[in-house]
Amino acid sequence: MKRFGKLVIFLVMVAMLSTACATATPAAPAESTGPFRVAVVTPSAINDLAFSQSMYDALAKIQGEMGKDKFEFVLSDGMFVVDDAAAAIRDYASQGYNLVIAHGSQYGAALQEIAPDFPNVSFAWGTAGDTFGIPNVFAYEAFSQEGGYVNGVLAAALNKSGTIGVVGPVEVGDAKLYVDGFVAGVKATNPDITVNVNYIGSFGDVALASEAAQTHIGAGADVMTGSAQMVVGAVGVAKEKGVLWFGTQADQTSLAPEIVVACQIYDWAVVVRDMISLVQSGTMGGKAYAVSLENEGLKMVYNAGFALPADVKALGDAAVKGIIDGTVTIGVGGK
Amino acid sequence: MRISWSSIFDALLPLIATLTALAVGAVMLVLLGANPLVAYGALIEGAFGSFNAVADTIVKATPLLLVGIGICIAFRAGVINIGGEGQMILGGLSSIALGLAFPNVPGIIMIPVALLVGFIAGGLWGGIPGYLKARFNVNEILSTIMLNVIAIQLMNLLLRGPLIQPNQKGAAAIPQTARLAVEYDLPRLIPTRLHLGALIAIILAVAVYFFLWRTTIGYRIRAVGLNASASRYAGIKVERYIVLSLMLSGAFSGLAGAIQVYGVNHFMITDGTAASFTGSAGFNGIVAALFGQLHPIGAIPASFLFGALLVGANKLQRVVQVPAALITALNGLVVVFVVSSEIWRRKNARKRAIRELEEKLANVAHNSSPEGGDKDAG
Amino acid sequence: MLADLFTGSVLIGLLASGIRLATPYLYAAIGETFGQRSGVLNLGVDGIMLMGAFSAFYVVFKTGDLVGGVLLAMLVGLLMGLAMAFISVTLNAEQGISGIGVYLFGLGMSDLLFQKLINNVQTVSGFPVAPIPFLSDIPIVGQIFFTHNVLVYGAYLLVPIAWFVLNKTTLGLKIKAVGENPEAADTLGVSVAKIRYLTVTIGGLLSGVAGASLSIALLNVFQFNLTNGLGFIAIALVYFGGWRPTWVLMGSLIFSFVNALQIWVQVVGIPIPSDIAVMTPYILTIVVLVISAQRVRPPSALTKAYERLE
Repeated sequence: MKRFGKLVIFLVMVAMLSTACATATPAAPAESTGPFRVAVVTPSAINDLAFSQSMYDALAKIQGEMGKDKFEFVLSDGMFVVDDAAAAIRDYASQGYNLVIAHGSQYGAALQEIAPDFPNVSFAWGTAGDTFGIPNVFAYEAFSQEGGYVNGVLAAALNKSGTIGVVGPVEVGDAKLYVDGFVAGVKATNPDITVNVNYIGSFGDVALASEAAQTHIGAGADVMTGSAQMVVGAVGVAKEKGVLWFGTQADQTSLAPEIVVACQIYDWAVVVRDMISLVQSGTMGGKAYAVSLENEGLKMVYNAGFALPADVKALGDAAVKGIIDGTVTIGVGGK
Repeated sequence: MRISWSSIFDALLPLIATLTALAVGAVMLVLLGANPLVAYGALIEGAFGSFNAVADTIVKATPLLLVGIGICIAFRAGVINIGGEGQMILGGLSSIALGLAFPNVPGIIMIPVALLVGFIAGGLWGGIPGYLKARFNVNEILSTIMLNVIAIQLMNLLLRGPLIQPNQKGAAAIPQTARLAVEYDLPRLIPTRLHLGALIAIILAVAVYFFLWRTTIGYRIRAVGLNASASRYAGIKVERYIVLSLMLSGAFSGLAGAIQVYGVNHFMITDGTAASFTGSAGFNGIVAALFGQLHPIGAIPASFLFGALLVGANKLQRVVQVPAALITALNGLVVVFVVSSEIWRRKNARKRAIRELEEKLANVAHNSSPEGGDKDAG
Repeated sequence: MLADLFTGSVLIGLLASGIRLATPYLYAAIGETFGQRSGVLNLGVDGIMLMGAFSAFYVVFKTGDLVGGVLLAMLVGLLMGLAMAFISVTLNAEQGISGIGVYLFGLGMSDLLFQKLINNVQTVSGFPVAPIPFLSDIPIVGQIFFTHNVLVYGAYLLVPIAWFVLNKTTLGLKIKAVGENPEAADTLGVSVAKIRYLTVTIGGLLSGVAGASLSIALLNVFQFNLTNGLGFIAIALVYFGGWRPTWVLMGSLIFSFVNALQIWVQVVGIPIPSDIAVMTPYILTIVVLVISAQRVRPPSALTKAYERLE
């Protein structure tokens, strides 16, 4: 029975602690006159040079435009555990943030349950195209196949060996969209080029991404691309071997200024700005956004340090133009 | 029953160790420019501050407890099961596959069957390292580590393919299942997120206690763990009990996975890691079990406190806006401090044992005196 | 068709790739072998690797000093090994759990330091490929074995050294005695605590180097959870190798070659689901162990704390 005695003491202590310290911090109510307050929940670190960072950069940019007194944001990064993220979303909503951004397609189900409980808070989630018909939910996605296609066109033009390598994470979602767009771009430019695609089964395994890049180069690739945060391993290899690299999600030029040709970057600011103005005018949600080359939520960033031949650059620009005016059909995802 | 100061100290030891670790954490918080008092106030509020907070804590503690009681069984048989993550995944996958395949069965039938299927699937997945150990002498640490990765890839494969939500098509498909029928949601105990799974876990913890200490099989499992060669000499089929204990251990993790699906998430999604589904409960459950003295009943408060720490720490991050990495490091410190503090408990236990022995000896001496003999006779 | 895919140069590439991939596993697993031989299971390897990886990266990022990077990784690994030894030897804490604690601490702390001291993903110029003179000129063999960076060679040099220390020196004898029968070793005047402190600290130091081999030799970057659980696989490989350095080497090579192979299979477009390809090294490691039917007994005192009866 001694054990039970100990347990009782244990539990009493817990109870005492909980009652003694249960002092709720008052939640600041949302006011139209105060700053616009945004909370964002991201699955990976905000400095991942990929998906999470793209949202952080956008919010920092908006804060720069609007000023710190007009725009505040808080964040919880590394929330890859879905029900932890759900708790965070619920908590931020209950604290009266104007807009809670759930920056990961895995958060959709949680948002679907939480959003109806907080009709005065706007929620946004992505990448996804579905607002579930809930009036206070926005959705946003990226037509990442578009920049993928442009990268593919450029890659095909620069390719000499006849082989291009692609390092992907898990064969789904945004990454797969980008990769499929890239392959389409290469094939449209030169159908004879072999595009080797490999998915390493993880968003985090930098070592395997690096080895995959080595293998691609061994198989003859002289141009490579890849998606998600583990590709930094592949970029390192490309740099060492002098193989050209095309990036996506964030500007990866700083990783290897010698060999990065171009990157498709996500500028969510386009989307978030519109959400803010809608919320401020009383529309809480219901709109599904897609960043694209057309609305400049997707941008092609060329590495100024890389001597890209003018005719190749022209091909890229033509592809961008064609995608925008609809003369180029990628055949992957899209409007 | 007598409560001595030293046994109170023993009971409070994990708490004292946790507070010491948090004191070290306070230094880190100051270095990061956060006010530790505000931070820890938020931690406690996040874990215990309201009905909802306590409910969240219990929800978090539930898989820890289920994995933990499985760990108790394995540890008692002398094997370490670090395959909880993979076993949870298997439990989740099999139970959701069943629920999605038969969406029109009454919940009262489907829920118990699905949980049972999760229990069995986890048991089979846990049985693999058991069988490999018993039959081929493959160490369970090796096989469970490998099987965790295999389970993750299996999850990716199934959620991309056969189990994917029907409307997820094309390149941008999200690797997730459809939501289970609402009738299959585990009933809520009170109007919070608290679900029936917590009650199931507590009942099972008590049941496992009786199983281990009141049944022949349980006795044999413990005997194998205490001394395998003596057990074999006594005619116990050691290998069989090792397989059984790893199966049971896996089964409870599998059940934890099934309960996570039916009680919390109601669907499954993968990002290529185990933790996004399990919340690392497969590992943290080991810690909770040890904090509970590898005793299924002790695992109950231990899981609750560990769950509180996890839930509260996330709140701390939100309130003082420190990087989430600090929370991980802090959890590590708490684990290290608590497990290290055990030395004082053991020292106390030894002192008590010696004192009790002395008292007994004194009693024996007393009883053997003429008066004592008279009393016995009377 | 398969014959076309396995041309000579491809095969050479695959083997060289396997040799490289095995490097961090070798450092970590050989280090862990020492600890386990003396009776201490350190599950915190991955966390120590991460701290080592960050320290080395930080030095190289700030100063470009590669040797300094390795040295700091060693020092940090040594200190964390020392901490693990203190917890598991002096405080006699349950080893598996304290290892999980050390892992979590390293996982969080390395990322925290990264965010505060560097903050965005960067690359550095790590150890360059250093072909060994003459040997690297040998056809095929030279490309597979002798065209790597210094830390890769170091990992393979470590195997015979570890074998020698464990099997041919008094120290090795003491380590094994402490792992098999600490009471007897103690009676014979071997300090169980000292030996275990030594082996666990060596294990920590080598885990630090394992981390450095990733961040400043093989990958030349740092980011959150760079190791991605590699340290746990290394521990599994110690069990695979039955606590013998040569077999740990075998295990590391098999695992790494199969990993290189599965990447290759995907790259050349053989149509199997990527998930199944990724699984194969993990399945095969178990299968090989089953087929080879080794009957190696773990050190008797593994995971058992030793308390001297005063």
